[in-house]
Amino acid sequence: MKAVLKRIASMIPVLIGVMLLTFILLRIVPGDPVSILLGEHYSQETIDRLTRAMNLDKPLWEQFISYVLGVFRGNLGVSYTLKRPVTALILEAFPNTLKLALMGAAFAWIVGILAGIIAAVTQNKAPDHIFMGFSLAGVSVPIFMSALFLQYVFSYRLKLLPLTSDGSAVSLILPAVALGWNSAGSVARMTRSSLIDVMEADYIDTARAKGLLRTAVILKHALKNALLPVITMMALQLSSMMSGAVITESVFSVPGIGRLATQSIMNRDMPLLQGTILFTTVLVILGNLAADLLYSVVDPRIRNEG
Amino acid sequence: MGSGNILEIRDLHTSFFTDSGVVHAVNGVDLDVPKGKITGLVGESGCGKSITAKSVMGLVRYPGRIESGSIRLDGQELTGLKEKELRKLCGQEVSMIFQEPMTSLNPVLKVGRQVAEALRVHRGATSKAEEKQEVIRIFEKVGIPEPEQRFTAYPHELSGGLRQRVMIAMAMIMNPKLLIADEPTTALDVTVEAQILRLMKNLCGENGMSVLIITHNMGVVAEICDEVYVMYAGRIVEKAPVFSLFDETAHPYTKGLLASIPRISGNPEYLSTIPGVVPNMKYLPTGCAFHNRCPLASEKCVREVPEMVETGEGHFCRCHLAKAQTARG
Amino acid sequence: MSKPLDQNIKENHSADLGDYIGPLQKVKSMCRRNPLAAVSACVILAVIILAVLAPVIAPYGEAQQDLLNRLKGPSAAHLFGTDELGRDVFSRILYGSRVSLIIGIFPPLISLVIGIILGLTAGYFGGWIDYLIMRIADVMLSFPSLLLSMALMYTLGRYANSIVCIFTALSLVGWASVARVVRSHTLSLKETEYVEAARSIGVRPAKIMLRHIMPNCIPSLIVLYTLNVPSCILSESTLSFLGIGVQPPAASWGLMVNQAKQFLFTMPWLALAPSLTIMIIVLAFNFLGDGLRDTLDPYLQKG
Repeated sequence: MKAVLKRIASMIPVLIGVMLLTFILLRIVPGDPVSILLGEHYSQETIDRLTRAMNLDKPLWEQFISYVLGVFRGNLGVSYTLKRPVTALILEAFPNTLKLALMGAAFAWIVGILAGIIAAVTQNKAPDHIFMGFSLAGVSVPIFMSALFLQYVFSYRLKLLPLTSDGSAVSLILPAVALGWNSAGSVARMTRSSLIDVMEADYIDTARAKGLLRTAVILKHALKNALLPVITMMALQLSSMMSGAVITESVFSVPGIGRLATQSIMNRDMPLLQGTILFTTVLVILGNLAADLLYSVVDPRIRNEG
Repeated sequence: MGSGNILEIRDLHTSFFTDSGVVHAVNGVDLDVPKGKITGLVGESGCGKSITAKSVMGLVRYPGRIESGSIRLDGQELTGLKEKELRKLCGQEVSMIFQEPMTSLNPVLKVGRQVAEALRVHRGATSKAEEKQEVIRIFEKVGIPEPEQRFTAYPHELSGGLRQRVMIAMAMIMNPKLLIADEPTTALDVTVEAQILRLMKNLCGENGMSVLIITHNMGVVAEICDEVYVMYAGRIVEKAPVFSLFDETAHPYTKGLLASIPRISGNPEYLSTIPGVVPNMKYLPTGCAFHNRCPLASEKCVREVPEMVETGEGHFCRCHLAKAQTARG
Repeated sequence: MSKPLDQNIKENHSADLGDYIGPLQKVKSMCRRNPLAAVSACVILAVIILAVLAPVIAPYGEAQQDLLNRLKGPSAAHLFGTDELGRDVFSRILYGSRVSLIIGIFPPLISLVIGIILGLTAGYFGGWIDYLIMRIADVMLSFPSLLLSMALMYTLGRYANSIVCIFTALSLVGWASVARVVRSHTLSLKETEYVEAARSIGVRPAKIMLRHIMPNCIPSLIVLYTLNVPSCILSESTLSFLGIGVQPPAASWGLMVNQAKQFLFTMPWLALAPSLTIMIIVLAFNFLGDGLRDTLDPYLQKG
């Protein structure tokens, strides 16, 4: 319990740092917001008025504090282009991204763990080489390539699944596979190396000396140990999943957070970009925390330390 | 088979086929474990004694494999058995305990369940309560205090001695005919070592079980063994009843082993180590593998591998000079 | 007669030498054990040569348009066909390799240097410097990498052209993981006798770090670098694909896929050719990194 609190406390400086960095990065561009909001043909007077109204004339640190206070009240500002509160836009888009990420993760973990187990069990034989070749290819394929490939085959040629997504589960299948394909490769490689490591352990000999068959040894003794590092790895995957979501959402026009981010950068819509980046990053940090806690639930050696 | 041996190993060759060459870890070993007796297998680390034991249990790992030879357990040939048939014997007819009680138990499973698993594998599923009772009974037998609480403990919550008792409980629960103990006390304190050895000796006496104990510790040998095999560089170099081994040591290597036990009394001049190092198993010396460390080595020792010769009642030795030595002594 | 003692010693010695593996033998054994890594190294070398010689080899100019021959399929004149402006896809891929290689090779090098300096400093001095640097690294690593580079692109986009922007953004993104690795190496090496000895006779910290600690990090760093290269290439092509990276008329593989997207169903090869090139070069670097990891750095394997 103490360990958990300590872990949560260690997040705070990181969260502040994240807010500071997003703030600095996006506010560093001087005069930018107002000119974008207004376009070219406005008098200096109008520009000044708006600058004051948006607090842009205050010193940076004051702006930062009011920004942080706003964040804690759930106020991420108003989108320049869409003229709506960023928080509302994000909350509308979030369920789609969440669905996409969960489906993608499910695909990655099921395919990745299975492939990893098969490869580890057939170590240095043909299936191992084939699966590991595929997984390295999986890691190396740009997500937009697998996305376009899936669109071409399953939407255009086979006409099985919709070309673009409206957020419904069926329409999210292709984006999720495109998204998960990449992580599946990493999960498979991790599962394989971890399982091979664990199979070297002494307690595997003990289990076999007890009379357990190979499959039983793997399922009952090796897998539980081998998947511990894979859990940590899954948390790290969440971060790359959010990056991947930006791409798949763009290709399949999923109305999610990633698409908001792409749109906002093209329209130079600073509050929206700031909001989406902050939101996803906090999400990733919380995901890592959850994985840490999960790890300590699964591993009795850590569980007892608390 | 009417012989009085529970385990008979004949001309066993187990080799490791590594990238940088073949390692003949076990190089023609003959070994018998008589029924109801405790047999010791002694040697320095890396001489192939653990691999011999693992060959019996079918635990030799890639890139190693049994090349040739025969292993008979109570008359039944084990080499060439299907994995499934071999596993049926393991845990039931023959079980094994290992050197490191720290790493030999699965860290993420409760120890009680791990012991109960040995029951379930061979007897099929019975009720959990019944299994638990039986495990607690065997825990009591191997001297684990508070067996009820220990049942739900994780390995890291137990001391080294307790963990090794759990290992013994796991090995004993199906009443095997043969127990192979691979350096069972090396990782333990001296006091705990004595307790564990006594426990094994008692269990052996009560159940008529045979034990093959692997160790590098001559003290352990003297303490519990009836008969001893000395192994060097993949071969058995001497075999003798325990008293005969200590009193009429025949092989120069065994002499070296015995001489290197520190003693409080005795002539300090003889408190020596064996010169040189254990040979790299990839580049085994020709002839007698011990020749380059042997104070008595001759031309013949470099050329020819010596045969086993009987030097006394049940006392065998693989040395060109063996007969002459005993005649003199 | 027993053998003379010195001969025995020689024999033992030569046996030990048999286990020693020199750098050349390491490369040889890697090629034998992992032929894919060797092939990958050749592929990478070939791509570098093609990129350097692009103006010589390419049959057409980078942005040379031929409006009469728009959207043509692969032919002898146009190996991979032409795009919507009649530009030769093969030539554009050759020119695009320059962007990919520059972005792939140099930004990871810069982040490597930044990471080494910060990692050494944090690990060696410890205390609040360590805390500060590692918290900043934590912050950097918390961001999904694509979103962080997007934020950087947004800011830098006002000041420089797109390739310079990507270059800078990716240089600033990658140092955190390097710093973590270097720091953990430094922490463990700091305790070794030879560093203690150097410190006790008053060798300056900078010299200890460079002479005693750095050389031990090099195998891990080579592997880390080799694996950072493909991720930077992927980042560039992804940003360009999203339309926020390299801007036309410059050629970049990601940008080519972006432009070919609209013809995906009618002329799939337009998207396929640059995608496959990205995949091949990234795969080659990944295979090479994997091979290097197996030979150079057994400790990093579990990471």
